[in-house]
Amino acid sequence: MKIGVLALQGAVAEHIRSIELAGAEGIAIKKVEELEQVQGLIIPGGESTTIGKLMRKYGFIEAIRQFSDAGKPIFGTCAGLIVLAKSIEGQEEPHLGLMNITVARNAFGRQRESFETDLDVKGIEEPVRAVFIRAPLIRSVGDGVDVLSSYNDEIVTAREGHLLASSYHPELTDDYRLHQYFVDMVKASQAS
Amino acid sequence: MQKGGVIMDVMNAEQAKIAEAAGATAVMALERVPSDIRAAGGVARMADPTIVEEVMKVVSIPVMAKARIGHYVEAKVLESLGVDYLDESEVLTPADEVFHIDKWDFTVPFVCGAKDLGEALRRIGEGASMIRTKGEPGTGNIVEAVRHMRLINSQIRKVQSMSKDELYAEAKNLGVPYDLLLGVHESGKLPVVNFAAGGVATPADAALMMHLGADGVFVGSGIFKSDNPEKFARAIVEATTHYQDYKLIAEVSKNLGAPMKGIEISKLSPSERMSDRGW
Repeated sequence: MKIGVLALQGAVAEHIRSIELAGAEGIAIKKVEELEQVQGLIIPGGESTTIGKLMRKYGFIEAIRQFSDAGKPIFGTCAGLIVLAKSIEGQEEPHLGLMNITVARNAFGRQRESFETDLDVKGIEEPVRAVFIRAPLIRSVGDGVDVLSSYNDEIVTAREGHLLASSYHPELTDDYRLHQYFVDMVKASQAS
Repeated sequence: MQKGGVIMDVMNAEQAKIAEAAGATAVMALERVPSDIRAAGGVARMADPTIVEEVMKVVSIPVMAKARIGHYVEAKVLESLGVDYLDESEVLTPADEVFHIDKWDFTVPFVCGAKDLGEALRRIGEGASMIRTKGEPGTGNIVEAVRHMRLINSQIRKVQSMSKDELYAEAKNLGVPYDLLLGVHESGKLPVVNFAAGGVATPADAALMMHLGADGVFVGSGIFKSDNPEKFARAIVEATTHYQDYKLIAEVSKNLGAPMKGIEISKLSPSERMSDRGW
């Protein structure tokens, strides 16, 4: 099974490593045609303004919406979560606008307010080590969205059917259980 | 998360907005870009805090600022303003000819220049969380950045192939902490990201540095010294993302207007070489 990592900017190599630890093949996606080779897609952390801009430029907005419409799972981490959201606080236009959540950018503050913590995530047994870097958070979720974890009463992991999103960078630690969770989602989508 | 991105030097709010709109992953707020610092001569210091604050106000991407090598107080002042990264930079006139800043004493992350593996690991040992090649800033000449990136890569390959007893001696030769060198031996890379800086003047220059293994690119004087900064900035961002797509690089390189004129490195006197600052 192949899982793509959108490789316009951000933590691409780290995600590919985690995907492979979780037992799937990871592929960097730079062109829309390359989406045809993969059964699931990760949109990595980076700068959402940069990633969003390049997605528009190369036709990824429409292509990823079609990918999602076909029921193929997508996992957005940090900036990837912002890119997935239907609504971004203080910004008129969303990027993909796929997931029924409202997000706030840089919600924990500037770079020096970055931190690491252990998070309880629904569906994963032991706490997950989470790295927050200028992280966004999920202000509110709409119908059909399942909250998987919170930090200080703020939502930081959520799932809506075949869409998964985290505020933090699961790819920057050796703990690949969230990737395993996503790989299992992709497997399940193939089975159905 | 800056990886795969372009960090651009800006001197005011208007330039910062252009950089953000073009897809920069961060901006470096400066009073003067390196080529102007060269032209002006004299002592180059930390930027006026007004400029830094003005830039922080208008963009949502991270803002970096430069402090002089060894200038603890400039660094603390910039940290107090809330900048996202500090660059302890040889572009400014060094404040200390022996000691770099103890970067563990800060919560803000530091980026530092390096021209070889020894310098890179010494800076990381002092607490730097990002390295960039020094190159030769403000020249528009990529040759020094290439030299530094190639040297660091070849030194890493050499360290990878060493036996453990050789590593102890190599740590002494390079003047670096043994543990960091052991990490390089095992992983085959630096423990932090390594960007290219100092001489990137065209989209093809940026792509060349990515080809040589850089994690991303700093563009200093190149953008706002070109004829059409907006177009130029976008072209650099695209060439960095698609550094192996030569057709695309050809496309974005069309009609960019004149890049900065550039300086032949051998024409610089030793005192004019910024890459020799720091150790």
